Amino acid sequence: MIELKNVSFAYDERPILKNISFRVDPKESLVIMGPSGSGKSTVLRLLLGLEQVCEGEVLIDGQNICAMKESKRRKLRRKIGMVFQDGALFDSMTAGENVGYYLLEHTDLTPQQVEDRVQEMLGFVGLDSGEVLNALPDQLSGGMQRRIAIGRALLSAEPQIMLFDEPTTGLDPPATEKVLDLIRKLQEEKPIATIVVTHQIVDAISIAERFIVIVAGELIFDGNLDELRDSRDERVNHFLRPFRESFEKVNRRQFVRKEP
Amino acid sequence: MSVAPNILMEKRREISIIRMFNNWLKRFAFQTQEMFFFSVRMVVAMFGRPFYFPEVREQTFLIGVGSLYLIILTGIFAGEGFALAFSVELADFGAKNYLGRIMSIAIIRELGPILTALMIAARVASGITAEIGAMKASRQIDAMRAFGIDPIRKIAVPRLIALMLMVPALTILCDAIALLGGYFVAVFIAHVSSTMYWSAVRDRLIFGNIFIGLFKPVVYSFLIAFIACYKGFSSTGGTKGVGRATTESVVLASITILVVNFFITRVVFTLIKGWL
Ligand SMILES: Nc1ncnc2c1ncn2[C@@H]1O[C@H](COP(=O)(O)OP(=O)(O)O)[C@@H](O)[C@H]1O
Ligand SMILES: [Mg+2]
Repeated sequence: MIELKNVSFAYDERPILKNISFRVDPKESLVIMGPSGSGKSTVLRLLLGLEQVCEGEVLIDGQNICAMKESKRRKLRRKIGMVFQDGALFDSMTAGENVGYYLLEHTDLTPQQVEDRVQEMLGFVGLDSGEVLNALPDQLSGGMQRRIAIGRALLSAEPQIMLFDEPTTGLDPPATEKVLDLIRKLQEEKPIATIVVTHQIVDAISIAERFIVIVAGELIFDGNLDELRDSRDERVNHFLRPFRESFEKVNRRQFVRKEP
Repeated sequence: MSVAPNILMEKRREISIIRMFNNWLKRFAFQTQEMFFFSVRMVVAMFGRPFYFPEVREQTFLIGVGSLYLIILTGIFAGEGFALAFSVELADFGAKNYLGRIMSIAIIRELGPILTALMIAARVASGITAEIGAMKASRQIDAMRAFGIDPIRKIAVPRLIALMLMVPALTILCDAIALLGGYFVAVFIAHVSSTMYWSAVRDRLIFGNIFIGLFKPVVYSFLIAFIACYKGFSSTGGTKGVGRATTESVVLASITILVVNFFITRVVFTLIKGWL
């Protein structure tokens, strides 16, 4: 349903992505990893068609969003939910209005109906609607903002795929755990594929079956956890080296957890 | 002894200045072209669906009511200052009774539109650029696009329409207040009779003057909206970039208004001379 075919991209003639190809099947959970500045966010931006042009094809349900007029892209984007880095909440609207944004903009539901859906969604992302509904994003903690952003993305026109750009970066461990729990819950309960960008390998392992590593704009790895651990590729090993220790630990823990 | 290297250095400096100028010229041409395309998109978006009426209403209120005190102060002091300067000069010729005519022409044709537009550029253009720039820096614009919303239609168009309505309205207010300011000077300082002043003002309230006086603010409202929105949407480089874009927006809008004012006056004069 989503496929990148030989995609290259440049900002002002500076190449950012070089010949990237991968596909994501329905309900698949994929993590994109890589050092800061390697082009991970850019991949998500291209999937959403937020950049004007790119080389190659970015196929959403077989349609190339790269070679499309903005007005057509807008329709296609409704199949995709995006959680931006740091949330990107509308800071002059309340948390409730943020979560109901899609419904308020694109449907004729009454304010009461929207509020019902918003409360339901706040429940799903684990927030107390009495507490956050009328709060401005600034008044909420970072972890709450991130969950509001996830709720906002989910409450659009039945997204088939959710994109998360560093959903846990900058959060303390309990908030991180809550966001990861939410992503796992989503993967279990909804018929949605997920692409999560992160550079926290521990997080990555707990939310994905498949891993992609991008370094300096090049896709250097695409495979499952075992393949990642046993990779002989020099660049993959170089990227993994700082994480090796925690990587092994988490790996064992996950193994134990799965046993019963 | 060291003549040759000196010449070389001179040459090099000359070249780098030329190159700098060349780069600047290229940037200028590029920006002008970008801004033109952006303006076209804004105008096209104005006629498309959906039309965000609540945003238009909100912006009209914010720009109109929010600028009232500024325009009233501007009008009253500009009118008084201008009347004061001219009443002294006219008294030398024994022509004090013409004060109203001069006020009428100068304010309706030139001062009212220019001062109002400059004040709005300072107050509103900066606000628009800063708001859009901040939304861009915090990725709210991207989020909007991700939700299938056209930010030009949602953010830029309501501000353009609000400016199109409020700049002419505020100009009329500024004109009226400035003429009133002139009236106080005429009656209490220059000792022109009240009837004399107002009938002289009315004398020059003819179609040609009023037409120019209303045509100009409509043009300026477009300029302010185009420049302020363009600078906001094209700002880069985080918080610092927003600050820079805001300054550029006000400076560019003000200069453009002054330059365009000259050309409108010039062109319109040759076109509708018969009505003046
Ligand atoms: N708007 C932009 N203009 C120019 N360069 C950009 C822009 N956005 C990102 N870049 C550059 O593109 C590269 C990849 O950025 P990004 O995809 O955000 O990396 P990541 O998300 O992996 O940290 C970086 O080197 C960054 O400097
Ligand atoms: Mg990033």
